[in-house]
Amino acid sequence: MAVAQVLRSEWTKIRSVSSTVWTLSVALVVTVALGVLISWLTRREWGEMPARDRLTFDPTFISFAGMSLGQLAMIVFGVLVVSTEYSTGMIRTSLAAVPQRGVFYASKIAVATVPAFVVSLVTAFASFLLGQAVLGPHRAALGDEGVLRAVVGGALYMTLIAVFSMGVAAMLRSPMLALGVLMPFFFLLSPILGAVSATKKVGRYLPDQAGSRIMQVVTVGDDVPYGPWGGLGIMALWCAAALAGGYLLLKRRDA
Amino acid sequence: MIEAVGLTKRYGDKTAVDDLSFQVRPGMVTGFLGPNGSGKSTTMRMILGLDTPTAGHVTVNGSPYRSLPNAPRHVGALLDAKAVHGGRDAYRHLLSIAQLSGIPAHRVDDVLELVGLSEVAGRRTKGFSLGMGQRLGIAAALLGDPQVLLFDEPVNGLDPEGILWVRNLMKSLAAEGRTVFVSSHLMSEMALTADHLVVIARGRLLADMSVREFIAANSAGFARVRVPDTGPQQREALTAALTRAGAQVLPEQDGALRVTGLPLPRISDVAHEAEVRLWELSPHHASLEEAYMRLTQGMVDYRSSADPQIGMRPAPVPGRSDGWDPDPGPGAPFQPVHAADGPTFSKDPR
Repeated sequence: MAVAQVLRSEWTKIRSVSSTVWTLSVALVVTVALGVLISWLTRREWGEMPARDRLTFDPTFISFAGMSLGQLAMIVFGVLVVSTEYSTGMIRTSLAAVPQRGVFYASKIAVATVPAFVVSLVTAFASFLLGQAVLGPHRAALGDEGVLRAVVGGALYMTLIAVFSMGVAAMLRSPMLALGVLMPFFFLLSPILGAVSATKKVGRYLPDQAGSRIMQVVTVGDDVPYGPWGGLGIMALWCAAALAGGYLLLKRRDA
Repeated sequence: MIEAVGLTKRYGDKTAVDDLSFQVRPGMVTGFLGPNGSGKSTTMRMILGLDTPTAGHVTVNGSPYRSLPNAPRHVGALLDAKAVHGGRDAYRHLLSIAQLSGIPAHRVDDVLELVGLSEVAGRRTKGFSLGMGQRLGIAAALLGDPQVLLFDEPVNGLDPEGILWVRNLMKSLAAEGRTVFVSSHLMSEMALTADHLVVIARGRLLADMSVREFIAANSAGFARVRVPDTGPQQREALTAALTRAGAQVLPEQDGALRVTGLPLPRISDVAHEAEVRLWELSPHHASLEEAYMRLTQGMVDYRSSADPQIGMRPAPVPGRSDGWDPDPGPGAPFQPVHAADGPTFSKDPR
């Protein structure tokens, strides 16, 4: 079984359903629009901001503020790409055609990751450039230290959110179940753990909190034990674990 | 050639397929017959390497499916016509399957033409009727021009013209020397399509023989005997007398008795000696459908509640003593039909 055949087939599958275009465009639009809105509000409120906040102000990170909502669409994209195979029953046709389940699984993840990364890259640059334009005098430039890393990192962060969702969806199979686990995980568990001081240290190691470190340029006065790439590495480990879990279950389970 | 040896599949403590051994030979249509829930689909999934057997094994052309090189070029299957992404159009659905196994894209147009879906190739499958879905599933099975074909209930939802088309397609595929394995719960359909039958119920093999042998072995004649419906005493007396005379007596659903093993004049004599009057004594031949019902009786998992004990108890059925059973009820696919000769429909396949 030539891997190229499976890749080509997965590419046909992913671009022949409208959910791909919908979820990815929503991710882009929501992230950029919310980022611009929050950047604009920040500029308007600048006068009332305490001096301490002005000194540690991170214009790059502020322009990515829309990511927290935009990643929702990325999660939906990742979940749908994998779980519609199961919810439609297409998985039997696919696995009958590709009995080597590892090849099938890797191809599907790889083919879905490419458009997710491309859209994430556009989203990250658009969020940054438009956000900075709105911030006016308080803006950062791409050439500033750490900024380019943060923007590219933002794209990688969004992509990994989709990849993590694919792994979880492969384990859980049902789209409703996968979304029902992932949404509370990112929107309830992570913020709650991060808000309570006792669990803050644990919350830091959750994929979204660790991964979003790479989008910060100004990090004065925090005691996070890992750097930007360390944080992204932790997120990548979460993704690897989810993908491995998905693979082991796919290999062992009856289709 | 498909060969199953001691094939067994258990889910927890439920045994779906139980020590099943059979062969499906090339050049003929083999019907895979059994009531709903008897393990047909599980067996088919095991043949395709989708489910792993708990015990035993099954091979296609001598190898387990998952170790066949480029399996889709050798084996084509229709498992579930609804197993398509409704948001994808028919052409690209088939294209993605073709690409998986390196089948050239022009085959997609060929099979769409063959199943008569060319005109709707660009439409999303969401809007397809059940019959169109079946045709799409058959198209997918034929993509790789395979030597071995598996169809799970291919005539479901097809109109009479579609049923005839599938029947002829199966026969022509077999005539080309291919191995064709078709499952169905309709004996009447299999009687017209298949050359060979593999009959299972509750996961166990009941028969593995040619259709001709099946008819010869199972469509034995019987007599219908009816006594006055004044009370159960007459019926019980006649049943006892006939049994003593060496007959097998089974109560029919409508209160009549089905007697095998004695010629009609002898039944009349026995009734006379037992001082039982007869309202009916008529010769019958069991239809193929009925033979199949008898064979699988008591082995059906999901049955309508009209008479859960049919054929298993001698007591009369209340409210069913008024002659021919006119209405087996809509939800009663497995009730015997009391008509006489030839294959009869217990369930309208349309």
